[in-house]
Amino acid sequence: MLNNYLLFGILPVLSISAILVFIRFLKGPYTLDRVVSLDFLINIGIGIIAIYSIVTDHSAFLDVAMILALIAFLGSIAFSYYLEQRGKR
Amino acid sequence: MMDIIIMAMTSIGTLFILIAAVGLIRMPDFFLRLSVTIKAATLGLGFIMGGTALYFLEFSVTAKVTAIIFFLLITAPVSGHMIGRTAYFTGMKLWKGTILDELKGKYDRKTHSLTSDGDDPSERTPPVDEL
Repeated sequence: MLNNYLLFGILPVLSISAILVFIRFLKGPYTLDRVVSLDFLINIGIGIIAIYSIVTDHSAFLDVAMILALIAFLGSIAFSYYLEQRGKR
Repeated sequence: MMDIIIMAMTSIGTLFILIAAVGLIRMPDFFLRLSVTIKAATLGLGFIMGGTALYFLEFSVTAKVTAIIFFLLITAPVSGHMIGRTAYFTGMKLWKGTILDELKGKYDRKTHSLTSDGDDPSERTPPVDEL
C-alpha cells in the first residue's frame, strides 16, 4: 500500500517537477536563473533519494542526501560570489 | 495508522515542491522566481524528510534527517541572499509591474558600496563588506 503509493503517486510528481525545473535550466535567460535551477534540481534529488530509501527500505541512501545538500549550498555560494566579483571594479 | 501519516506528509511535501517548480516556470522576473523557489522547496523537503524519519523510527536515521533539515534551514536564506545580492549588483532588470525598488540609488554599481538616504555621494564610505 505505502510502497505502491510512493512508487506510483509521489515519485512521478517529483519527476514532473524535476522536468519543469530542467526546462527553466535550459532556457533561463540569465546565468543566475541557471544557478537557482541547479540548486532546486539538487533539492528535488534529495527528495527523490529520501522517497527511494523508504521504498527500498535501505536507510543508507540518506548519507548521499546529506552530501548533496552540502554540495548544493557550496555550488550556489561559489557561483554567486564569482559572478559578483566579475562585475566589480 | 503510521502509513497514513507518512503518506500525508510526503504528499504535502511533494505538492510544495511541484508548486515551486511551476512557479519557477511561470514567474516573469528573476527576483520573483528566486522568492518562489527557495522557501517552498525548503518547506517541501522538510515534510518529505519528516516522513522518512517517521518510516524508519531509528535513532541514526532520525539524527541524519534532523541534520539535513537543520542544514537546509540554515543554508537556504544564506544562498538566497547571496544570489539576490549578486543579481541586484549585476544590474538584473526588474519586472515592468514592479512598483517599489527601495534600493534604487543606494548601491554604487561600480564599487559595490552602500549609502543611506542623507549621505553626500562624495563622502561615500568604502565597501562595507568584502564578501
